[in-house]
Amino acid sequence: MKVLKKLLFVLSCSVLAQSAYAQQASDGVVKIGILNDQSGVYADFGGKWSAEAARMAVQDFGGKVLGVPIEIVSADHQNKPDVASGIARQWYDTEKVDAIMELTTSSVALAVQGLSKEKKKITMVTGAATTDLTGKQCSPYGFHWAYDTHALAVGTGGALVENGGNKWFFLTADYAFGYSLEGETSKFVKSKGGQVLGAVRHPLAANDFSSFLLQAQSSGANVIGFANAGLDTANAIKQASEFGITQGGTRLAALLFTLAEVKGLGLKAAQGLTLTEGWYWDQNDENRAFGKRYMEKTGRMPNMIHVGTYSTVLQYLKAIQKAGTDATEPVAKLLHEMPVEDVFAKKGKVLPNGRMVYDMYLFQVKKPEESKGEWDMYKQLAKVPGDEAFLSVADSGCQVTQ
Amino acid sequence: MSTIFGIPTPALYGQILIGLINGSFYALLSLGLAVIFGLLRVINFAHGAQYMLGAFAAYLLLEYAGIGYWPALIAAPLIVGASAIVVERTMLRRLYGLDPLYGLLLTFGLALIFEGAFRYWFGAAGKPFSPPSQLAGGVNLGFMFLPIYRGWVVIASLVICVGTWLLIEKTRLGAYLRAATENATLVQAFGVNVPQLLTLTYGLGAALAGLAGVLAAPVYQVSPLMGSNLIIIVFAVVVVGGMGSILGAIITGYMLGVLEGLTKVFYPEASSIVIFVVMAIVLLVRPAGLFGREE
Repeated sequence: MKVLKKLLFVLSCSVLAQSAYAQQASDGVVKIGILNDQSGVYADFGGKWSAEAARMAVQDFGGKVLGVPIEIVSADHQNKPDVASGIARQWYDTEKVDAIMELTTSSVALAVQGLSKEKKKITMVTGAATTDLTGKQCSPYGFHWAYDTHALAVGTGGALVENGGNKWFFLTADYAFGYSLEGETSKFVKSKGGQVLGAVRHPLAANDFSSFLLQAQSSGANVIGFANAGLDTANAIKQASEFGITQGGTRLAALLFTLAEVKGLGLKAAQGLTLTEGWYWDQNDENRAFGKRYMEKTGRMPNMIHVGTYSTVLQYLKAIQKAGTDATEPVAKLLHEMPVEDVFAKKGKVLPNGRMVYDMYLFQVKKPEESKGEWDMYKQLAKVPGDEAFLSVADSGCQVTQ
Repeated sequence: MSTIFGIPTPALYGQILIGLINGSFYALLSLGLAVIFGLLRVINFAHGAQYMLGAFAAYLLLEYAGIGYWPALIAAPLIVGASAIVVERTMLRRLYGLDPLYGLLLTFGLALIFEGAFRYWFGAAGKPFSPPSQLAGGVNLGFMFLPIYRGWVVIASLVICVGTWLLIEKTRLGAYLRAATENATLVQAFGVNVPQLLTLTYGLGAALAGLAGVLAAPVYQVSPLMGSNLIIIVFAVVVVGGMGSILGAIITGYMLGVLEGLTKVFYPEASSIVIFVVMAIVLLVRPAGLFGREE
């Protein structure tokens, strides 16, 4: 009898110990990698500022999850899918990174999400735009936050078509993101009865856009859609006003343009632009408080990529906490189920294909005389409801919906 | 409306004009490079960074000292030239006797440092800069709308290119410079201070880059990356023109600008590589470049 009691005691102890072990992260640390462009044309769009936002999320979460420390690492992928894949492999294989986030540039995001699917690791994309991430190339462990090309087409494209902009010409960045953005917007414009008169594809970091702008102008279009991003869009807008294109009544659709680029371009050149973003610091008290904290840390206001990255990190940590483990399968399952409710998104939900659906906003850039402060740059025009902004699972073309 | 290869002629004229405008920048930048290489045998990889410094100098002068575009057109190149003189005196000069590769590595490293530092201070999205009010607006040429500022860029660059060429080919100072590159010891024996001459040459080359930077500031976004986007193309221009050939650099700059402009109409995807295709062909057929001399 005594022996049996002893045995029972030992058994229960080991069971306890095991469950305690199960409550831990696999390797004594939860490591999140922020991988994006930190030196090229998108370095202000996301860049090291996203890593700062990720660190803020860790701080707000308390610095630890399941009793182990949380660490943020970050690297520059130089907008090259091969460089990014190399870093991702190294992170997963030798540096115990559990998830990779941000991933500005669509070609890079697709490559890293594909690799992570193979390795059964979670990716949460905020910086890249292509709908393929949650469409044809979706992954059970891949999530897409912040925005995508469809949301930009519906938001910015929709607003312009409604106001009479029915003849479009595109200046498209010559890679996955540009095609996706041009394709989505064309589809949307046509579905609303508009016409697409043509498009030119320019190399990334093209510097001079005047030649393309003249082609757009001679096509007779009344809207020039910029299916590019970052410094390219800024240069194109600056040169469009130089060549008298905007003064001639042609409207510019900067399909992907955020606070960071408006700041860089200046209100004088950017005034009147319509753009779609998911977050703006001056929308309510909660955002203002967050913006102020971020400003104190970095000296600048965040755009939707930065706050979106904050949100992904926070949500990932919440899911680990709830799952009681950092193993990929249970965390991914919870990420699909848990609502997103934080400073970035209200009543956000994650579709089975990994797309996070939340309300976005249509903004107009203020005139210099309307602006009351250095970062007072947007007027809110309308809300773009999440269900309109993002594709449904059925329309997305994603096959891996469990 | 008449067409050439399916492109309406007015549109074609417009593209040629734009090519000339971009060619002005190529010519100005490759001119500085050619001067430096021709006289110092240094492959100045910091040229793009010096162009960027010129643009930022103009921006900073305006932002913090209230100094406008016109004074900056003089002040910014002087600042860039002065900084280049410091670089030459403290670092570059030690490498003159060595393999040109060392000069290339030094200037490349300096370019990375400058660009990194400016990216750290100002971010990658760049800073706004408007053309001076006298040159705002544009004129309708019938076949295209020409911004007055761009017209000014073409004229300014032509004047500077011709001026520099005259300075080196037709003046006494230019003669000293050319003589010093042929045989430095002999020129020194005649009482000419050769090291000082070389310092000034590097300063002049860099100042030309700085000037191009100021001219570019109202056209392109003033950004730490603006130089690295351009420098490789400009090197290709210098190679096509013939390393060290000043006239070659100028003519090739305009020519390739036009060629690139036309490529943007016929096959825009290739516009970023067309110059390198030309470079490869020229290197195969005439290794010394179009205007270079075999040594």
